Amino acid sequence: MAGHSTYVPRTAFSRWLDERLPIIRMMNDSFTTFPTPRNLNFWYTFGGILTFMLVVQIVTGIVLAMHYVPNAGLAFNSVEGRIMREVNYGWLIRYIHSNGASMFFLAVYIHMFRGLYYGSYKAPREVIWILGVFIYLLMMATAFFGYVLPWGQMSFWGATVITSLFSAIDQVVPHLGTAITQWLWGGFAVDDATLNRFFSLHYLLPFVITGVVGLHVWALHVPGNNNPLGIDVKGPQDTLPFHPYYTVKDAFYLALFVIFFAAFVFYAPNFFGNPDNYTQANPLVTPTDIVPEWYLLPFYAMLRSIPQKLIGVLVLVASLVTLLFIPWLDTSKVRSCRFRPMMKQLFWLFAADCVLLGYCGAQTVDAVRFGIPLLWLARIGTAYYLAFFWVLMPLVGWLERPKKVPDSIAKPVTGNKSAAGVKA
Amino acid sequence: MKLALAALALAFAVSGTALAQDTNSSEALPPREMSWSFDGVFGTYDQATLQRGFQVYKEVCSACHSLDLVAFHDLAAPGGPGFSEAQAKVIAAGYKIPSAPNDKGEVFDANGNRLTRSGILADHFPPPFPNEEAARTANGGALPPDLSLIVKAREGGADYVYSIVTGFGHKPPPGFQVQDGKYYNPYFAGRNISMPPPLMQGSVTFSDGTPATVDNEAKAIVTFLAWTSEPNLDERHQMGLEVMAFLLLFAGLLFLSYRAIWKDQH
Amino acid sequence: MATATQTTRRDFLYVATGAVGAVGVAFTAWPFIDQMNPTSAVLAMSSMEADIAAIQPGQQVVFKWRGHPLFVRRRTPKEIAEARAVPVSQLIDPLARNANLPDSAPATDANREIKPEWIIVVGVCTHLGCTPTVSTPQSPQGEYGGWLCHCHGSQYDVAGRVRKGPAPQNLAVPPYSFIGPTKIKVG
Repeated sequence: MAGHSTYVPRTAFSRWLDERLPIIRMMNDSFTTFPTPRNLNFWYTFGGILTFMLVVQIVTGIVLAMHYVPNAGLAFNSVEGRIMREVNYGWLIRYIHSNGASMFFLAVYIHMFRGLYYGSYKAPREVIWILGVFIYLLMMATAFFGYVLPWGQMSFWGATVITSLFSAIDQVVPHLGTAITQWLWGGFAVDDATLNRFFSLHYLLPFVITGVVGLHVWALHVPGNNNPLGIDVKGPQDTLPFHPYYTVKDAFYLALFVIFFAAFVFYAPNFFGNPDNYTQANPLVTPTDIVPEWYLLPFYAMLRSIPQKLIGVLVLVASLVTLLFIPWLDTSKVRSCRFRPMMKQLFWLFAADCVLLGYCGAQTVDAVRFGIPLLWLARIGTAYYLAFFWVLMPLVGWLERPKKVPDSIAKPVTGNKSAAGVKA
Repeated sequence: MKLALAALALAFAVSGTALAQDTNSSEALPPREMSWSFDGVFGTYDQATLQRGFQVYKEVCSACHSLDLVAFHDLAAPGGPGFSEAQAKVIAAGYKIPSAPNDKGEVFDANGNRLTRSGILADHFPPPFPNEEAARTANGGALPPDLSLIVKAREGGADYVYSIVTGFGHKPPPGFQVQDGKYYNPYFAGRNISMPPPLMQGSVTFSDGTPATVDNEAKAIVTFLAWTSEPNLDERHQMGLEVMAFLLLFAGLLFLSYRAIWKDQH
Repeated sequence: MATATQTTRRDFLYVATGAVGAVGVAFTAWPFIDQMNPTSAVLAMSSMEADIAAIQPGQQVVFKWRGHPLFVRRRTPKEIAEARAVPVSQLIDPLARNANLPDSAPATDANREIKPEWIIVVGVCTHLGCTPTVSTPQSPQGEYGGWLCHCHGSQYDVAGRVRKGPAPQNLAVPPYSFIGPTKIKVG
C-alpha cells in the first residue's frame, strides 16, 4: 500500500483473478514485499503475537461454545463438569482460553507501552493509535463478559460490581442509573438473563475486534511502521521486505512467547485465576475479597481510591478516554524516547505507576504496607497517571531539549557498510 | 549487601513476632506446607493413595459432603485411582440413586421414602442430603461444601485442606471464645469451624495394610480430593513435557533460520 | 561452490523448520477435532441394562438406548412360526444385520435373535431414520405384522426384516446379551 505495487501475476489464473479481485496483490504488497524499517527490535514482534492470540482465543472460544450452556442453573456444571472432565481435551482447550486471555493482555500492554515509548502515536500515526485504543477497550469488554460465563463466585460478583458502576449516573439524573443497570441485567440482579446476553456479546465482540484490527493494520500500512529511532524512512536503504525478514523474526519470538504461554497452561493453569471462581455463584454470599483479573487491577485501584462514587467512576472513565487524546497531548517534535531524556524518565515512572496501581488494586481497601495506607498510594498513583498525560506530556514537549536525532535509519544500523547491507 | 541482609532479617523477626501475636486473634494461620506427589512438573497422583483416599471419602466424608461432579466411571479412568471397570461397577452398585418414576408414575413408596435403584457407571456420586435446607438442618445451620473442586476452590489448595482436616485438637489461646457447637481450628477463617474433627486414629481400616493414622488418612483424602478437583493432572503434566520439547526444537530451528536470513543485515 | 553448498544447507534448514511447524500444526489440530467426539459421559451411557420380565407375549416395550428407541418385543408362538417360514430368498435384504453375528450371516429368523421369543431391534428405519410403528392384531400396521414406517411406507416383519418399500436393510439388532432369564444388557 505504501509505494506502488511490485506484484506481477505469473500464471493465467492469477492474471485473471488479479483483474477481478486483486487479493493476491494485496496480500503480496501488505505482507510480503511491504517495506519495513530495518531496525525494528524485539518489542515490535508483539503485533504479530497479538494477531496469533486473537486467533487462538477465537478458535478455542468457538470450541468451548459447543459445550458451554449459558444458563444460570447449568453454566457452572457445563464448565467444571462437562468441559473440564467429560469433553475430550476439554480441560486443555479451556485452560488455553482462560490463560490465553491473560497472555493476550500481557502482549497488548507490552505493545501499548512500546508505542508510548517510541512515540508511535504521533503524526502521521494518530489513527493507528486511536484504533488500537478501541481494540483495547473492546478487549476489556470481551474479557469482562467472558469472565462471567463460568458462573463462579468471582464471575457473579465481578459482574455485579462492574455493572453497578452505571448506577452512579443516579447522582446526576435520578433513577436513570438504576434504569440502565436493570436494563443491562434484564432483571433486578445479575441472573440468568444477564448471563445469556453476556454470552451472546462475548461471542460477538471478538469478531468486532477482528474488524477493528483489520482497520488498525490498514492504517499502519499507509505510513508504514514507526521504528525505535522514531525517524521517517528516507529511502529503500532504510527498509527490508517484510517477508522473509520480519516473518521469520516474528515467528521466532512468537515461538518463545508460546513456550511462556504453554508453561502456564500445562504447569500453572490456575496461576492467574481466583480460587473463589471454583465455587458456584451464590447471590446470597459475597466472597471476602472481590478482585478483578490482574489486567484490570490498575483501573480498579483508581476507582477505589476515590471515596465518592460518581467521581470514582468518572476518574475510571477518564483514565481510559485519556488514551484517545495522547497524539495531541504530546507536543514534542521528536518521537522516540531514546532521544528524549526527560520523557524517558517520566515514561518509566509511568510504567512503575501502573504496576503500583495494579498492586494496590489487588490488596484490600484498608491495607497498610510499611506504615503507608495503600489507599493513599493509590491516590498518588491515580494523580500521576492523569497528570502524566494531561500536564507532563504537553509541558515536557516544550521544556525538554532532545538529543540529536540520527539522519537516517540505515546510517546508525549499518554504519559505513550501508552499501554492502543494501546489496545483500 | 550486609545492610540489606540485616534489614531482611529484621523484617522477618518483626513479622515473626506479628505471627506469634496473631495466635491470639481469630485470623487464620497460613496452611502447613506439605510435599505432595502431584506437585511440580513431573508430579503424578499415587494410585494406592487415591484408592485409600476414596475409602476415606466413602466411609467418613460422604456422610455430610457431596461430590457432585464425579461420576463412578471416573474411578476407572486413566490418571485416577485405577479401579478396574468391574470394581467401579461394584462400587456404583453399592449406592442408591433416586429412580425415575415407576409404571404408576410414583417416585415415593407407601412409607413416603424415595424410590431408588442401584447406581451404574454413568451415575454421579449421590449427595448425602436431598437439598441445601436438609443439609443445613442436619449440620447445625452450616452447609458442608461440595468437595468436587475443593482443592482448587480454596486459597492454599491441598495444603489448606490438609491443615483443616488435621488442624483440630489445638488448645485455643486464653480468652479465645469457641462458639457453641463449633470447634477450634486455627487454620480456618475465624477459627470457629462447624465441622467436628473428621479423622481419628483408625477411622478406617485400609485394605492395603497402611496404618490408619490421622496423618495417613489426611494425606489420602487430600490426594483423592486433589484428583477430583483436577482429574487430568497426570495427562496435563505428561503432555506438557511433550509440548515443551517440541516447542524448544521448533524455536531452535526458527532461531537458526532467523540468523541465517538476517546474516547479511546486521 | 562455497555459496552453492551454503544455499543447499540454508534451504535444508528452511524446509526442516517449515516441516516441523507443519507437524506441530497437525498435532495441535487433533484436540480440536477430538473434542467433537462423544464425551466420557456419553460413552458411559452407551450400555444399558433392562428387566423385560413384565412384557407380555404379543406386546412391545420401547426403551431408550444411545438416544434411539430400542424395540423389545415378546413374540407369540404364531408370530415365531410365521417368521421362521419365510425363505431368505424372498427377502429384500438377505443379511442378518445382527451385531452379535458375523456380517455375512444370512437373515434367517434364527439369526435375528438370541431367544426366539424375544426380538430386540433398534427402532430406526434403515431408510432415513424415522421410528416405525409396531403392528398388533388389534391395530395392524402394514401387511407383514411387524412394523410400518409412516415416513415413507417401509414395512418390516415380526423379525424386523424389511419386506417392502424404500428401506434397504433389515432393522439393526444391537449387541446384547441375556444376563438373567429375563434381564438383558444392551451395548
